Amino acid sequence: MYRGEAEKVLAGAKVGERVRIVKGERSYEGVLMPRSELGDDRHVVIKLDSGYNIGVEISGARVERLSPAEPRKQAAFPEPEFSPAKPEVTILGTGGTIASKIDYVTGAVHPSFSTAEIINAVPELADIARIKARVLFNILSENMTPKHWRRIAEEVVKELNGSAWGVVVAHGTDTMSYTGAALAFMLKNLTKPVVLVGSQRSSDRPSSDAALNLIAATRVATSDLAEVVVVMHATSSDEACAVHRATKVRKMHSSRRDAFKSINAPPIGEVREEVKLFGSYRRRSEGEVYADTRLEERVALFKAYPGVDPELLEYCVDRYRGIVLEGTGLGHVPEQLFPAIERARDEGKAVVMTTSTLYGRVDMKVYSTGRRLLNLGVIPGEDMLPEVAYVKLMHVLAVAQDEEEVRSLMLRNLAGEITPRTLPDTFY
Amino acid sequence: MLRVGFEVHQQLATRKLFCNCESELVEAEPELKIVRRLRPTQSELGEIDRAALQEYMKGRHFVYQVPEEVSCLVEMDEEPPHEVNREAVEIALQVALLLNAQPVDEIHFMRKIVIDGSNTSGFQRTAIIALDGYIETSRGKVRIPTICLEEEAARKVGEGENKTIYRLDRLGIPLIEISTSPDITSPEEAREVALKIGEVLRATGRVRRGIGTIRQDINVSIEGGARVEIKGVQELNMIPKIIEGEVARQKRLIAIAGELKRRGVGEAQLKPSPVEVSDVFSSTQSKVVRRTLSRGGVVLAVKLPGFRGLIGGARDEPRLGSELAQYARVKAGVGGIFHSDELPAYGISAEEVGAVAERLGLGESDAFVLVAEARERAEKAIEAVVERARLALRGVPEETRMAQGDGSTRYMRPLPGAARMYPETDLPPFVVTQELVERLRANLPELYEEKISRFVEQYKLSEELAAQVVRSGRAELFEELVATGAKPRLVATTLTATLRELRREGCEVERLREQSFRELFSTLAKGKLTREAVPEVLRALCSSPELSVAQAMERLGLKGFSEEEVRSLARRVIEERSEFVRERGKGAAKPLMGVLMKELRGRVEGKVVMKILQEELRRFLGS
Repeated sequence: MYRGEAEKVLAGAKVGERVRIVKGERSYEGVLMPRSELGDDRHVVIKLDSGYNIGVEISGARVERLSPAEPRKQAAFPEPEFSPAKPEVTILGTGGTIASKIDYVTGAVHPSFSTAEIINAVPELADIARIKARVLFNILSENMTPKHWRRIAEEVVKELNGSAWGVVVAHGTDTMSYTGAALAFMLKNLTKPVVLVGSQRSSDRPSSDAALNLIAATRVATSDLAEVVVVMHATSSDEACAVHRATKVRKMHSSRRDAFKSINAPPIGEVREEVKLFGSYRRRSEGEVYADTRLEERVALFKAYPGVDPELLEYCVDRYRGIVLEGTGLGHVPEQLFPAIERARDEGKAVVMTTSTLYGRVDMKVYSTGRRLLNLGVIPGEDMLPEVAYVKLMHVLAVAQDEEEVRSLMLRNLAGEITPRTLPDTFY
Repeated sequence: MLRVGFEVHQQLATRKLFCNCESELVEAEPELKIVRRLRPTQSELGEIDRAALQEYMKGRHFVYQVPEEVSCLVEMDEEPPHEVNREAVEIALQVALLLNAQPVDEIHFMRKIVIDGSNTSGFQRTAIIALDGYIETSRGKVRIPTICLEEEAARKVGEGENKTIYRLDRLGIPLIEISTSPDITSPEEAREVALKIGEVLRATGRVRRGIGTIRQDINVSIEGGARVEIKGVQELNMIPKIIEGEVARQKRLIAIAGELKRRGVGEAQLKPSPVEVSDVFSSTQSKVVRRTLSRGGVVLAVKLPGFRGLIGGARDEPRLGSELAQYARVKAGVGGIFHSDELPAYGISAEEVGAVAERLGLGESDAFVLVAEARERAEKAIEAVVERARLALRGVPEETRMAQGDGSTRYMRPLPGAARMYPETDLPPFVVTQELVERLRANLPELYEEKISRFVEQYKLSEELAAQVVRSGRAELFEELVATGAKPRLVATTLTATLRELRREGCEVERLREQSFRELFSTLAKGKLTREAVPEVLRALCSSPELSVAQAMERLGLKGFSEEEVRSLARRVIEERSEFVRERGKGAAKPLMGVLMKELRGRVEGKVVMKILQEELRRFLGS
């Protein structure tokens, strides 16, 4: 990872080697550290014996190689023993920092995901369930694609139709709610819990939220629930986790532990020592689960805003079979977008309206703009979150026979994404 | 051979190191509280410290009070650190240059794992700023191998059964850590080093002042002893006493170890197997023991073979008994212990001592320790006492001790091992360019000694007064006031002697605002206030610092006379004595002055009155 000038000065010295850097009268001795990909090529980083790292500017420097890198030691963890009386829970890794291990030398975080590793890090899990862990893939959640959603859905079905009582999907938090919604629409006849979990503070920190979230998620995976949910910190404190319906949840903060909030509906449960579920929910039952993983990927999520260039929407109409509009207020877009919307409808494309306020329901009959859009055949997205409507439209376009069915499926509640009544305490 | 080293921690008077919050403490208990837990993380090998994990599993948790005036999501560990505070880095680099150290080319912040809850993240961010400095003392150079910039920890404000309560106001305040080599060889030199480092820090004018804003840890070791770290040293003047005390303590411990060896005492003889002797004390005169027994507690005794005469000692000498008691206090939370060297006493009778000795099968040279407490705690205390007694066989244990106000020290904990440290990946490295170093070097603040000489030269202050002004920390204010035309000597004595007097009277002079001094000297310059009244005004301002000088004067009935008022008074006096004035001419000034000053004394400066009087005389005589 050293390049340019720095690489020349290092003269073949490798990361992990003990080196002495001599610069005129000064010299620095320590272990050669890797350099961030964003760093310049003018400095070399070494770890001094005190444990501190410093960067040494290389002009006029000479590097002496003192001793080779010490071989990286790796502890072997015993296979954990589980009580056969406990229910079985599968944890599927897809990436993110929820289950990772720090390299204390470089500071890099690596996935750490064998059953033994997870139980070593969070031994409490063994008191809840017989854990079976495996990695599906390891990507940052911003790089998730519908292809990944399908793979997760298929693997979840395999587990649920096998011996697992429930499945926990460890996932990066940025796009967790998209994956959650996709699973909610794709998994049919769901009879067991599917729990997405992540962490907002990587697990190398003593203050990480990963362990508590993972423990809570595992509890939910053994509970009476048979839905796709997201389990994350309920507040900034390490006291309770909230259970959010995957089709109603959104990451509402860039960094807080309690970033995930249920929108337009209360959370469906809370986990402390036990799982408490509120209100109505789908209950655990018997039966084969299957996945309908068909998704029409030619769907766009389009945000309307003052001054928006209609050409942008024209482009979407050219290219996509469905467009979810994130309109303003009750579900409006500027007039200049009308021709593109009209063309989309003429060409038989689905156009669904949601709102950038996130909270509340679209209502397009109150103002003339809304009424004109309704007349163009725009489907009002009720109180669906824009991202959820986007995933749902992908699913609906892939399964519906005709335009009429698309419309009726989009207006019907399929997986908890539309609530018939908006309760007063769901806005804060 | 005595070896002393220092670690000085000084808070900077800037915003916090990794966010934009002010570096201020908040007295009122904040409303917002969060509860967190810190989980021991995996080591390099992926292993977890089982003991620490067990502590965690027992439900150990931390309550953080969040004062929103001075803490944000960064302190709550709910937002990544912002880029490092440039101002703090520059001050730290200045200090480094003043201490003859070599700034590093690139600053890399590290995460130092700390799971006592004092950092919400579970680690402290710390970086080396400079290497290889030194400070000159009257006895030679003392090396300063590293200078670090780090974030201050949260402030502990309470403790409960299974929790610790912290306030986040202090968390994140920039802290410079200066570590010296153990090059100091005498208690007096140690004091000098601490004083000099403190002066260098304050010379920047950018460090926080007041209790707790500077802390020095002292490392002391003697030949045959061990490295002992003493924390919480507040008063520089206590440093020699603390070091002398520590030397005496180590010498005594070495002597005890020698004697124990001579007596052939071995570790195997020291067993933490207490014997219950509650029945011996069924009708004791000791209040402590009686109270314990009446509450269902027990009295446990343990034999310390070969320790007779080695536990106690004279009051002002270091005693092993104190060490045993401090171990029992820290590890078992026990208030006190009794040992046979000091008994009979404290209401425990010779008969009771004899009975315990008999029960334990005490030999000629054996001692015993008694603990009266609830059973579980008493057992823990006995264990701690025996653990400490075993350490006595080997002399001085390495440990961290806490300085007490009287210069003595108390056991706090074993010396911490090397902390686990790894890179802070949320922060980019900070490049220290040659240009930055050169700019800082060209603008280094004056050191105290330089400033004192300049004040002597420029303001004609005596060496002593100049030194007092500089050390008062109000040198900047002094120069500002002098620049407005105030007399240097007057400003200097006001800022030093006058304030010292007031402090002696018990006034809280720290509460005075700089603005008050500006108003004070401009009021003096206008002649509306006399020098004699200055202490009175300052005294009033100490108790109500929010008042303006004019308001304070009004409250004191020192309402000054305006120039117009003085003038009309002067005219009246002249008119009333017109004949006398005509007779004496200009010579009337002096007697008339006496008349005027009867009314104006203490309220208008005499010189001002004289000037106005002379003007009015001229006018009267001229007309």
